[in-house]
Amino acid sequence: MSSTATTAPGAPGPHGASEADDAKSRRDFLIVATGAVGAVGTGLAVWPLIDSMNPAADVLALASTEVDLTPIQVGQAITVTWRGKPVFIRHRRDEEIRKAREEDADGLIHPEKDSARAKKPEWLIMVGVCTHLGCIPLGQKAGEPKGEFGGWFCPCHGSHYDTSGRIRKGPAPKNLEIPPYAFVTDTTVKIG
Amino acid sequence: MTTTGTAPVWKNPVVRWIDERLPLFTLMHESAVAYPAPRNLNYWWNYGSLALFVLVIMIATGVVLAMHYTPHTSMAFDSIERIMRDVNYGWLIRYVHMNGASAFFIVVYIHLFRGLYYGSYKAPRELLWIIGVVIILIMMATAFMGYVLVWGQMSFWGATVITNLFSAIPLVGDNIVAWLWGGFSVDNPTLNRFFSLHYLLPMVILGLVVLHLWALHTVKSNNPIGVDIKSPGDTIPFHPYYTIKDFFGVGVFMIGYMGFVFFAPNFFGEPDNYIVANPLVTPPHIVPEWYLLPFYAILRAITFDIWFIPAKLIGVVTMFASILILMLLPWLDLSKVRSARFRPVHRQFFWVLVIDCFVLGYVGANPPEGYFIPLGQAATAYYFLHFLVVIPLVSLFERPKAVPDSISAAVLKKA
Repeated sequence: MSSTATTAPGAPGPHGASEADDAKSRRDFLIVATGAVGAVGTGLAVWPLIDSMNPAADVLALASTEVDLTPIQVGQAITVTWRGKPVFIRHRRDEEIRKAREEDADGLIHPEKDSARAKKPEWLIMVGVCTHLGCIPLGQKAGEPKGEFGGWFCPCHGSHYDTSGRIRKGPAPKNLEIPPYAFVTDTTVKIG
Repeated sequence: MTTTGTAPVWKNPVVRWIDERLPLFTLMHESAVAYPAPRNLNYWWNYGSLALFVLVIMIATGVVLAMHYTPHTSMAFDSIERIMRDVNYGWLIRYVHMNGASAFFIVVYIHLFRGLYYGSYKAPRELLWIIGVVIILIMMATAFMGYVLVWGQMSFWGATVITNLFSAIPLVGDNIVAWLWGGFSVDNPTLNRFFSLHYLLPMVILGLVVLHLWALHTVKSNNPIGVDIKSPGDTIPFHPYYTIKDFFGVGVFMIGYMGFVFFAPNFFGEPDNYIVANPLVTPPHIVPEWYLLPFYAILRAITFDIWFIPAKLIGVVTMFASILILMLLPWLDLSKVRSARFRPVHRQFFWVLVIDCFVLGYVGANPPEGYFIPLGQAATAYYFLHFLVVIPLVSLFERPKAVPDSISAAVLKKA
């Protein structure tokens, strides 16, 4: 600090050593305190700018989606939109359910029981977004590849999902996500 | 204006009045006229000024395009089709901008490999080199966001795949991705911020280019023999010698660049991007633009977990590391000789790296199936081995050829 430049550090000042040291430590404290307040203030000022990039209120207030399940025959699947993402609803066949339950014990990459993934075993409801890098897996339509485990196959980087939407092979780290949902009636489901 | 010694004397009174208060003309004179450049620079030294030339084209066309573009998911794609069909010369301006991105990367990649070959990263040019690597990183981000603005299928799904990379970050990954998107998927908030950043980042690049040039003019240009400038006889003034040479290079470059603009404007593009973005249908094969393919190949090469770290996170870290590792190069190459011209072993490995990068690009362009997976993994492994093992070992054990005493000695011997 230039104002103390005439006084060598540790040398007695015009009013004695203790007063000079005292003034120095007080100045240091003021500088540190000013810096700290300045840093906190800058952080507080910057936060609104950063937070403004988070999902806005209208985006967060997205309505939930209600789906009528009656037209979906056994073995069929439909895709609905929820929060801008596709949601897969598959009316599973008995053998698909049996296969998924039998494979509960197989060495799964992300172990989850099929019973924990489907509230009603015949209805598998999940977010149709590959947990690798967000592509939409194929397997909803009749002619599409279903992968080596009879479920879904992501064409982007080759992830295979089984009949419970669990990751079995490929780069994806997790099973297809299960959105929050509830059966309003036996044939109507509310997602979100 | 006359030059007496180093400082110019301005005869025009207006110029002199300004220069005495803000030495703008003196700065320009010193950096673009009097700058003492090595007398032996070859055509590989054209690419720096060429890159600046392309940057100016990109900013000029981009500013005009922004006047006609609408950053909204329901209008973005159509506003670009309007630019192509209705706006006066819109087709030309857009094709110049679109192919300019490819031209920019061709020029900058050649500039980068020039630096690698002639050891331009070595002391005292480390910081100059690091600023260059940062410029390339920001260029990639800018190009990626610009591609998203088109709002075609490749735009949308490219944006989805790349932003999902950040979900690999432990604990806060999903929150970061929602923050990047401003929602729960790539949507209108994402498009808006990408437009804002696509306009901002070129200005950041321009600022970094100023630093890059400042550092260059402080430490002076490297040259094909990699020997420092030792006397005034080793240099010639930038103007007229290199201005004329650079202009000739611009002419040759423009023949190729405009050739694409007028005769094959969609050569570098993906047909899928002329389909409007559809969040419910993923294209069967997502590929980035060609200049990002090697990095995409590195990202996908990691298909296995290491201990408890998931493959996805390692892939992302590896991809970013492949660029950041260049920043360490000045300290990985221990050889005292700069130019590969006098380093027989290093030179051979340089070409292996070039081939490796082409292999990575080829793998990145193909689906991750069959032999592309092991090929991509081998090429990725070599890429890192090259920088972390080959370069340090070669620099320690190689016996370089005799290096000329000075630039002028080398030039006169040849003449």
